[in-house]
Amino acid sequence: MGFFTDTSICIGCKACEVACKEWNQLEGNKPELLLDSFDNTGQLDAQNWRHVEFIEQIPDNNGVVMTPTPIAGGQAWLMMSDVCKHCQNASCLEVCPTNAIVRTEFDSVLIQQDVCNGCRDCISACPYGVIGFNEKTGTAHKCTLCYDRLQNGMQPACAKACPTESIKFGYLDDLQKAADQRLTALQTAGYKKAQLYGRDATVYGGLNAFFLLMDKPEVYKLPNAQNAVLPSRNNLAGYAGGFVTAVIGLVAGVLAFRSNRMNGEKSDAAR
Amino acid sequence: MPPAEHFAAPPGWEWWILGYFFFGGLSGGSYAIGTLLRLVGTAADQRAARIAFIASFLALLPCPIFLIADLGQPLRFINMLLDASNGGLAFKPWSPMSLGSWALLGFGLFSFVSFLGAVAESGWHAADPIARILRGTVGAVWNIIGTGLGFFVSGYTGVLLAVSNQPVWSDGWPLGGVFLASSLTGAAALLLLLANSRRDIDTGTTVRLALADRNFALLEIVLIAVFVATVALAGTIGKMAGVWLLLWLVVIVGLAAPFTVSRLAAARGWAPVTAPVLGLLSVLALRALVIFSAQS
Repeated sequence: MGFFTDTSICIGCKACEVACKEWNQLEGNKPELLLDSFDNTGQLDAQNWRHVEFIEQIPDNNGVVMTPTPIAGGQAWLMMSDVCKHCQNASCLEVCPTNAIVRTEFDSVLIQQDVCNGCRDCISACPYGVIGFNEKTGTAHKCTLCYDRLQNGMQPACAKACPTESIKFGYLDDLQKAADQRLTALQTAGYKKAQLYGRDATVYGGLNAFFLLMDKPEVYKLPNAQNAVLPSRNNLAGYAGGFVTAVIGLVAGVLAFRSNRMNGEKSDAAR
Repeated sequence: MPPAEHFAAPPGWEWWILGYFFFGGLSGGSYAIGTLLRLVGTAADQRAARIAFIASFLALLPCPIFLIADLGQPLRFINMLLDASNGGLAFKPWSPMSLGSWALLGFGLFSFVSFLGAVAESGWHAADPIARILRGTVGAVWNIIGTGLGFFVSGYTGVLLAVSNQPVWSDGWPLGGVFLASSLTGAAALLLLLANSRRDIDTGTTVRLALADRNFALLEIVLIAVFVATVALAGTIGKMAGVWLLLWLVVIVGLAAPFTVSRLAAARGWAPVTAPVLGLLSVLALRALVIFSAQS
């Protein structure tokens, strides 16, 4: 099961953020004036499991649009409710040394709070900056896909609260069909930059929370397919480099400690 | 080639981790040099070998403390080794942190036993049985296995950083080799420092340690160059510039010290500890540079 977030109909109301905080009893961070559009949340972290991004693509020339174009032309105010992607090939799950991060029966990625020891390796690995460290609990936190609600037959709080149904929750097959239809409709209407992100396996084997974007993934702070890489890509090269270095280091050491041995042996004899 | 994109949040690995990387590196490097001195050195080198094994264990002592202190839930440190979900072992070979936890445990055993053997040889007779066991082939095998684990502890920290999605760290796969070479350089500097402060260390041993220090520094210089090249190719080298150039300066001065400062010190009558101290500062600065710049 998962989310399909259609950013083309997100109105930036932040009802998803509020519903998430209320259901999951997240205190939220101390309010700050970020001076970043209408965003006062900043980023996903231990207190923000949903974050509505505001991306202003408005020309600077006193608001005069020389060549008016629809949203796909790049003069727009993009909004996206960001969340954990519950990746099929999840970087956090890959590196977690304690097996605190598991895949649930709903195919979501969950941090078991009673197992996590707060090493923060998952934060280092998550390519989306989703996971945050909670100082009070001493553990890593992120969206659970409302695991407790799913267990009780309810949909996640954010999807329930979204007034425009920008956030849809359901079986992936159904969501993917709906996404394909919506993409076709948008492209037919002239929104050429509209694209699906995480719909197929090109990004982390497919995302259980995938998106319809109105611009390139990078605009929404999402790595494109070329940059969506797993931490383990450096395992083999890293260890091989270390092994070769160790061998060269040993040779360098042997050469050093076998040199001038006569001096050492003479000094032994003198003792 | 377009620059690599990174949207990962920093993990907040700071001073405890810096301390662990520094002392863990010195411990692994000292053990390796101790083994080299023991297996290919002269009889006169054996005093330095004993100092190396003792230094290795003493440097290792704060490591688990630093690691546990860095955890958000320190009492759950055991979850690194035991799976709290099913009671089995938490062993994930593809996770450097998991593998490193087991390596640290194993290396701790080898380092401790070698430490006991070294102190017995130095006159603490309560540990004589261990010293007897560690003589001959058994001792050589023990030292070789311990060196392998020591190398792992020295280098996996770099792999741990590389196996992430952080800028700089994940762009520089040679980081494991860089940290390993730097550990050898640092350990050689540490042993030179200790050798210079003791009168019972043979002059020839000190000369050979200084030569080893230069060899290791050359290896480290080459690897740092490769690391910088990989990060530059990824387009994230800017993260290591700016204020971090000060740390680069400390790294460069420390790496040059075995070639220049030691000769200057001899010519001008400076204390012989100058070059080793600069070398140790270089090891610390390199790790601080890598850890903090990527997260800034």
